[in-house]
Amino acid sequence: MSWLSLVRRGDWLVAFIGAMLCALSFALAWQSGVAEKAIVRRGGEIFAELELSRDRQIEVTGPLGITTIAVSKGRVRVVSDPGQHQYCVRQGWLERAGEIAICAPNQISVQIAGRKEPYDSLSY
Amino acid sequence: MTRSVIRLITTPEDHRIARLAAAAIGLALIDAAIPLPLPGVKPGLSNIVTLIVLARFGWGTAAWVSGLRVIAGGILLGHLLSPGFFMSLTGAVVSLFVLAGAIHLPRRWFGPISWSVLAAFAHIAGQLLLARLWLIPHDGLFLLVPVFAVAALVFGIINGLIAARLLADPSFINTGTPHV
Repeated sequence: MSWLSLVRRGDWLVAFIGAMLCALSFALAWQSGVAEKAIVRRGGEIFAELELSRDRQIEVTGPLGITTIAVSKGRVRVVSDPGQHQYCVRQGWLERAGEIAICAPNQISVQIAGRKEPYDSLSY
Repeated sequence: MTRSVIRLITTPEDHRIARLAAAAIGLALIDAAIPLPLPGVKPGLSNIVTLIVLARFGWGTAAWVSGLRVIAGGILLGHLLSPGFFMSLTGAVVSLFVLAGAIHLPRRWFGPISWSVLAAFAHIAGQLLLARLWLIPHDGLFLLVPVFAVAALVFGIINGLIAARLLADPSFINTGTPHV
């Protein structure tokens, strides 16, 4: 008895649809990526959108000087800021959707955007 | 002093369910012993029993065998009421729902292989949903969907082929378990 004789016509169809589903899942999950982003704003306007899956560091020039923002291991933080109180620097790493660090004197903010934001903003 | 005797009245149907569930539990233990790289990717050998029972004795018996296998398997593997147990329970329940529909497909065209593949996809879909809602509430989980989908397709086809082969075996007709 051959194994192939056990496969009925509809079985081929189901297997084919299954294979299509697999291909589709590859395309959806690994091409577009589900990576979250950090949004950097200067003066209220979007300056950059950083993929949290890619480690990098950027410098944003505001009215007071340069603010440095770094992404590492899916988190983002303000590394340095010319502002007086350093609130946004001391806030440390942001990792949850909706978390935001605002460097008000330099008019720069960085916020984690998720597909579903549990809060409008989080501050401490 | 009288000794009280508690006697459970069992029907032949109960005996059959018990025998088939024992076979399924044995396969579930073998399943758990097979090393595989990703947690959650398993051949699901005990589903072969579910498929055979479904074809021979209908959905009700299959649901009993599947449920007993999940609970007894949980006790034997030591994960009763742990997350792994609920994953396995969810997978079994969702698969049984899909199988309830799948057995109404025309038998001329759709056999155990179709059932197996459909149930395998239902299984991972249910488990991923539970994992996303409860165990790993992060969308990063969906990066693993392709891996689980391929596993479901491959193991679904293999289990379905084995079930179809056993069902086509003439020595298999009466009990649903092979005569040794």
